Amino acid sequence: MKFDTPAGANPIDRMKVVGKPTDRIDGKLKTTGTAPYAYERHDVVPNQAYGYVLGSAIAKGRINRFDLAEAKAAPGVLAIVTTLDMPRLKRGQQNIAYLFGGAAIQHYHQAIAIVVAETFEQARAATALIRVDYARERGRFDLATEAKTAPLFGGSSGEGSSAPPIERVGNFEGAFEAAPVKVDSVYTTPDETHAMMEPHATIAAWEGEKLTLWTSNQMIAWSKGDVAINLGISPKNVRLDSPFIGGGFGGKLFVRSDAVLAAIGAKAAKRPVKLALSRPIIANNTTHRPATIQRIRIGANRDGKITAIAHESTSGNLPDGKPETAVSQTKLLYAGENRLIAMRLAEMDLPEGNAMRAPGEAPGMMALEVAMDEAAEQLGIDPVEFRIRNDTQFDPEDPKRRFSQRQLVECLRQGATRFGWSRRNPKPAQIRDGRWLVGMGVAAGFRNNLLMKSAARVRLDGRGIVTVETDMTDIGTGTYTILAQTAAEMMGLPIERVVVKLGDSDFPVSAGSGGQWGANNSTAGVYAACVKLREQVAQRLGLTGDVDFTDGQVRAGGRSVALADAARGGELVAEDTIEYGDLDKTQQQSTFAAHFVEAAVDAFTGEIRVRRMLAVCAAGRILNPKAARSQVIGAMTMGVGAALMEELAVDKRFGFFVNHDLATYEVPVHADIPYQEVIFLDEVDPMSSPMKAKGVGELGLCGVGGAIANAVHNATGIRVRNYPITLDKLLDRLPEIA
Amino acid sequence: MRPFTYQRVSSPAEAAAAAAQMPGAKFIAGGTNLLDLMKLQIEAPAHLIDVNAIGLDRIEKTDEGGLRIGALVRNTDLAAHKKVREDYAMLSRALLAGASGQLRNKATTAGNLLQRTRCPYFYDTNQPCNKRQPGSGCAAIGGYTRQLAVVGVSDACIATHPSDMAVAMRALDATVETVKPNGSSRRIPIADFHRLPGNTPHIDTNLQAGELITAVTLPKPIGGKQYYRKVRDRASYAFALVSIAAVIQRDGSGRVAVGGIAHKPWRVETAEAELPRGAKAVAARLLAGARPTEDNGFKIPLVERTLGAVLSEARA
Repeated sequence: MKFDTPAGANPIDRMKVVGKPTDRIDGKLKTTGTAPYAYERHDVVPNQAYGYVLGSAIAKGRINRFDLAEAKAAPGVLAIVTTLDMPRLKRGQQNIAYLFGGAAIQHYHQAIAIVVAETFEQARAATALIRVDYARERGRFDLATEAKTAPLFGGSSGEGSSAPPIERVGNFEGAFEAAPVKVDSVYTTPDETHAMMEPHATIAAWEGEKLTLWTSNQMIAWSKGDVAINLGISPKNVRLDSPFIGGGFGGKLFVRSDAVLAAIGAKAAKRPVKLALSRPIIANNTTHRPATIQRIRIGANRDGKITAIAHESTSGNLPDGKPETAVSQTKLLYAGENRLIAMRLAEMDLPEGNAMRAPGEAPGMMALEVAMDEAAEQLGIDPVEFRIRNDTQFDPEDPKRRFSQRQLVECLRQGATRFGWSRRNPKPAQIRDGRWLVGMGVAAGFRNNLLMKSAARVRLDGRGIVTVETDMTDIGTGTYTILAQTAAEMMGLPIERVVVKLGDSDFPVSAGSGGQWGANNSTAGVYAACVKLREQVAQRLGLTGDVDFTDGQVRAGGRSVALADAARGGELVAEDTIEYGDLDKTQQQSTFAAHFVEAAVDAFTGEIRVRRMLAVCAAGRILNPKAARSQVIGAMTMGVGAALMEELAVDKRFGFFVNHDLATYEVPVHADIPYQEVIFLDEVDPMSSPMKAKGVGELGLCGVGGAIANAVHNATGIRVRNYPITLDKLLDRLPEIA
Repeated sequence: MRPFTYQRVSSPAEAAAAAAQMPGAKFIAGGTNLLDLMKLQIEAPAHLIDVNAIGLDRIEKTDEGGLRIGALVRNTDLAAHKKVREDYAMLSRALLAGASGQLRNKATTAGNLLQRTRCPYFYDTNQPCNKRQPGSGCAAIGGYTRQLAVVGVSDACIATHPSDMAVAMRALDATVETVKPNGSSRRIPIADFHRLPGNTPHIDTNLQAGELITAVTLPKPIGGKQYYRKVRDRASYAFALVSIAAVIQRDGSGRVAVGGIAHKPWRVETAEAELPRGAKAVAARLLAGARPTEDNGFKIPLVERTLGAVLSEARA
């Protein structure tokens, strides 16, 4: 199905199943521990051996030789394969770090060997007996140092945010110089790791030339292709199966060393191999969100109108890597006639920087929304009002392009009312509650909407059961449920009559899960397949004209037939793909939010505790308010982590992330998250797809950090521009103690 | 994890005898730290002596009017004990500020004292660490040191002791009771139990090889208002940046021990004389000779300010 004109009325508009806060259809499997995650799939193939990965102890250099004598003699060892046993594997299309093979070391904890043994403990113990002779080389590990000579560099996150090396509208410098009110600030965001619950894990089995990987992966088709490239085999011979994923956040968009080494280990041991990356190597072995240094300049007139806005960002990556696109949202979020965007990229020798939830916008909004707060403060204008005054209903770089839907102003207004924003004292450091200094902060939320083609197959059997098959993944977001809701709505069935099968590369290729594009595109693919199935049903039943599918019945021309009857003579199967025209070019498709935060800061110790959070989101049709709310509160929680604690600490001498486990890389715990509220504005976006939906999973994150930083400023009068905002950055400016 | 042999013992005497027979053996109780370290091969004992069944799981009054806490009393039970909550409130608070409910259910009194440092370089076996591998050097010095020690450090090691419980016990002048492999017992004041790193950071305590902790005793209650104030980046389940265990008496005198800043619970008795003059004066004495790094210099003002918070609450 080609989607190239705005959606008209269609069966989804009935909203009998879609749009309801349905419990997850896979919820019981999750809560009873019976959802099969990759590492637990003991039943899929017999005789599984265990693999364990050895990570490099140096960040840059070469391996001279391995001494495997002790490891090979260790109990239970079946096979050892080292990176010197094969030439460097080709890189897949999605990544820049080499996964295995050859002597060169690009980054710390790069996989350099796999040990396969009868038990996990034996594999781990034998791995520790491998002796490695390294030739260490000097590397580039400090972004602040490398940033000084970093060249201009454009790029795309591949997830909806992008920017050219430099882009100008009007005359930024002239307008900024002339502006009566100016902000010129530098912000930094640190490297972050995804810290998902389930580590990267794979079971690999060969059957002749055919390789099956039971794995944990967000993007089945990408990864099937990349595995084939890595291993130098035909994609026809690769099957991936990933029905359940214990979190990914972008860290599992790609094939990682677990999949490749499980396959290599299985070939060497001539047995299926299961392998999970151990927690301490995940941060350095896989991808991470790169650190940024961002400079923002805002010039405004006294009436609060922005006349000049510039956002420049520098990040680092391995050779051939891409920049963190932190300036992307600044192209679209606020009005202003004179604009400048620039990105610089430093070549570095830290692990690969790549997508993490809302790449680009997440760190970009952490800077932009504090700069907006600083501008509002200088102007003496309420920060909600300042944002409203600078709203734009069209692309500021190309005024012919309107936003398909843009309710930022409504989000801000409704949020301000619901949050009690009028009680905020605009003068900082005025509200005291015992030992706590209390403040409120606001930020806009912004994330682009991406259209990606997506296919699905639907089957109708003689019992009236509809089965959906697509290689779409459910990364914990509720995909199973919204696909079931879509098929149920289209076929006029209760949700219990729909079965959803996901994550198998033998199924039609979907949009996959990333960039908050999963929900709209994958449901639209199911919609397209269901339109075809409805045609087949009507034809089989001999119904013509306006055919209605409701309550398990198919009606037309005064006749009513049970849906199941259409498949009595044999199963009906329909498959289709939603494909998009240029509706996302002619109009700008984005999602909007307003984030409000109340934070308290201990006047003695500087400890920061968030007290209340509210997100008001406008993101097209909400397919399942319960699942969507879970997405947004999860994202808000991640925003608290980014604002207050998450930071991969770089050892600038040895070139690695030091705090590479969950004890030392802190993410929020329950006690950090007292009260969260989410409001979705009524919105349908006929430009996005027949579902008229967009995504919320990243919108819920973008802006949260800025709102927290602004609340801390309102509480204390202290402006921290280097994330995370930890207490040590406040101590010297807190009130004197008695 | 390296292969090891394992035995269960049923009495302290049997435990001591087992330790005498198997040099290099380790006692295991809750295992909440030891097992993690064994998985990473930071600890690789050839033999484990499981002491969970030797009793020592009671809390009893002593003849002096204090409490004897059996070595195997679980952290959860100790924190919830009526006498502890009434008379040694800071100990209860310190325990509840540590770890998680699940870990406290397993962790024991003796094991808590014997926790090893959480220095990230200690945990990364690719890195040199004098505590893990004597003489290999210290990667932490000059590296990422935000969590690490500011006082009592050496050129060999700047690790901290992670326990909260031990900090409260230090302020309470607890005594550690032990039995040696030869069957003799001794009492070690908590002040002398943990060591500073010096040139031997691989030795955390003054226990001898095979010496088993049997109990911790607390002197009779000292009254006063008791505090345990733990400061960290998130609200729960994190080790202290700085923690303060304090008793403040009605006349303004008191005791102060500090966690998160040294290789052992940090207490300087002479600093306590400054309590009537306020937090700044106490902190200046407590932290005299401190050698912070660029990353952890904030702990100096943080100790003062956290103590200020405690004193302010005590005055209220």
